[in-house]
Amino acid sequence: MATAKTKVRKGRIREGRKPNRSIGGDIFVYFVLILFGAFFVFPLIYAINNSLKPLNEIFMYPPKLFVQNPTTDNFSDLFLLMGQSWVPFSRYIFNTVFMTLLGTVGHILFASMGAYALSKYRFPGSRFLFALVVTTLMFSTYVTAIPNFIILSKLHMIDTPFSIIIPAWGSSIGFFLIKQFMDTVPDTLIEAAKIDGAKEWRIYWKIVMPIIRPAWLTAMIFSIQALWNNGGGAFIYAEELKGLPAALGQITAGGVARQGAGNAATVIMMLVPILAFILTQSNIIETMASSGIKD
Amino acid sequence: MSFAGYKKKKINQLKWTVKDAKKHKTLYLFLLPYFTVFTLFTVAPVVVSLVLSFTYYNVFEAPRFHGLTNYINLLLADDIFLTAVKNTFLLAVITGPIGYLASFMFAWFIHELPRYVRAVAVLVFYAPSIAGGAFIIWSLIFSGDSKGYLNAILVETGIMSGPVLWLTDTRYMMPVVIIVVLWMSLGAGFLSFVAGLQTVDAAQYEAGYVDGIKNRWQELWFITLPNMKGMLMFGAVMAITQSFGVGDVTQQLCGMPSTDYAVHTAVNHLVDYGTLRFEMGYASAIATILFLSMFLCNKAVQSLLRRVGQ
Repeated sequence: MATAKTKVRKGRIREGRKPNRSIGGDIFVYFVLILFGAFFVFPLIYAINNSLKPLNEIFMYPPKLFVQNPTTDNFSDLFLLMGQSWVPFSRYIFNTVFMTLLGTVGHILFASMGAYALSKYRFPGSRFLFALVVTTLMFSTYVTAIPNFIILSKLHMIDTPFSIIIPAWGSSIGFFLIKQFMDTVPDTLIEAAKIDGAKEWRIYWKIVMPIIRPAWLTAMIFSIQALWNNGGGAFIYAEELKGLPAALGQITAGGVARQGAGNAATVIMMLVPILAFILTQSNIIETMASSGIKD
Repeated sequence: MSFAGYKKKKINQLKWTVKDAKKHKTLYLFLLPYFTVFTLFTVAPVVVSLVLSFTYYNVFEAPRFHGLTNYINLLLADDIFLTAVKNTFLLAVITGPIGYLASFMFAWFIHELPRYVRAVAVLVFYAPSIAGGAFIIWSLIFSGDSKGYLNAILVETGIMSGPVLWLTDTRYMMPVVIIVVLWMSLGAGFLSFVAGLQTVDAAQYEAGYVDGIKNRWQELWFITLPNMKGMLMFGAVMAITQSFGVGDVTQQLCGMPSTDYAVHTAVNHLVDYGTLRFEMGYASAIATILFLSMFLCNKAVQSLLRRVGQ
């Protein structure tokens, strides 16, 4: 038996192929991935090319996918336009960065603290609380938007950045992913630290947090993705408190004359979350490996 | 930790629970910040929504008890809501399962690639869902005038004689929305599958090979899928939540209201009554129905998924 197995393994190495893989099947896999990959990437390529097109190319007929004479005019137009607006562009950028930063840091801190308690200990209520978080994964934020508005207005937080920041701290997907990843941290590590006399807070901050870095980076990406695209919506009326998406939305709504600047705005909005993902991809995949929902 | 409790049989269950809770009081402090926010903005809203759905409430006056009036109006008097329900279910039934299966299929195919190509492929397929408002680019592609990218191609190649109003002609709006929603459907569930496939122990595949598994389909059904049940569950939750929550895409591509309400969804209806008309009671009834649909669908799919690999 043992010899048969080695033979199989040797054969595989010589061939350079995995077992149970036909060449026809491999060709099919590549074919499907390239075909659909083109469908997925095409609009993004189109968006980037569009943002680099000079005015005459934007309105050229028939429209071309790729830019002929690339220019950064659209981006400088965008900044020029925003420089003339009543609320300075830098203010919108500051608002978005402020809300994204505070919302994300608070979320990671609160969620990882709570996840630590639920992951490493069994105590009255612990199972129930985690089941509650899993249940809330099953409905989207649209369902809670109306009551949230009412609750925020009772707390006098409507029309302040906190109406966006504080609800972001309680996001359930980040909590869920951090808790699942923490389950993979060996309990012996924590027991050893306890024997050495470390207190709960110290174990959490000095031992667990550095180990679960991939998990909080993942929670960070999901949080950035949500907050970066939030211009304030129905929760912030004051123009000087709104975020970048609100400003860029106005440009895009400017019609034909603003087409170029609008294209530039679309690219700016999509690049930040995509870059954040590129930088953290391996950490995210590592975290998602423990994302399963157990019965 | 619980041995002391078990030994003292005289202490009843409740007392023991209290004692156990007291012993862990530091941990409750750890839970306090997150669960305060979570309860206030995620759990309480569901309850508030349910309560308000039985009232008339316009934010300015105190809510008045209204009984089942909101629900009766929704189901019997509001034709637009019935259109919205039809559209929402149509979108959910099509984009939910297709998005879910596509997430798995692409993740499975990508897993066959060499490591570095894999990272690029994951980015390509995942980028649309993380790019936020980037789907607005589809409004240029599907633009109704002759400068719209798709129109220009189809007219230039002679497939069509004139431009089509993709985003305002009721015949084409729903298919266009479905395409865009599917384009964005490879989200957290897809990442979970990509990661899950990497965790399956290689030794199991070798053992399966020796035991007579002949092709990749058998390998998938007998080894890969049973190992990934948790991820399959997570992906299903994500797919259902997303497919029932379509609203931004229809609003930004086809406008609100869209022509003849052809792509008006429950979320659009909710936004209409909640943030434009300030009829919070009515909007809450819509939210409650949407919540129940998502929740029940999730429960049904979960019981189905338990049978995978059996």
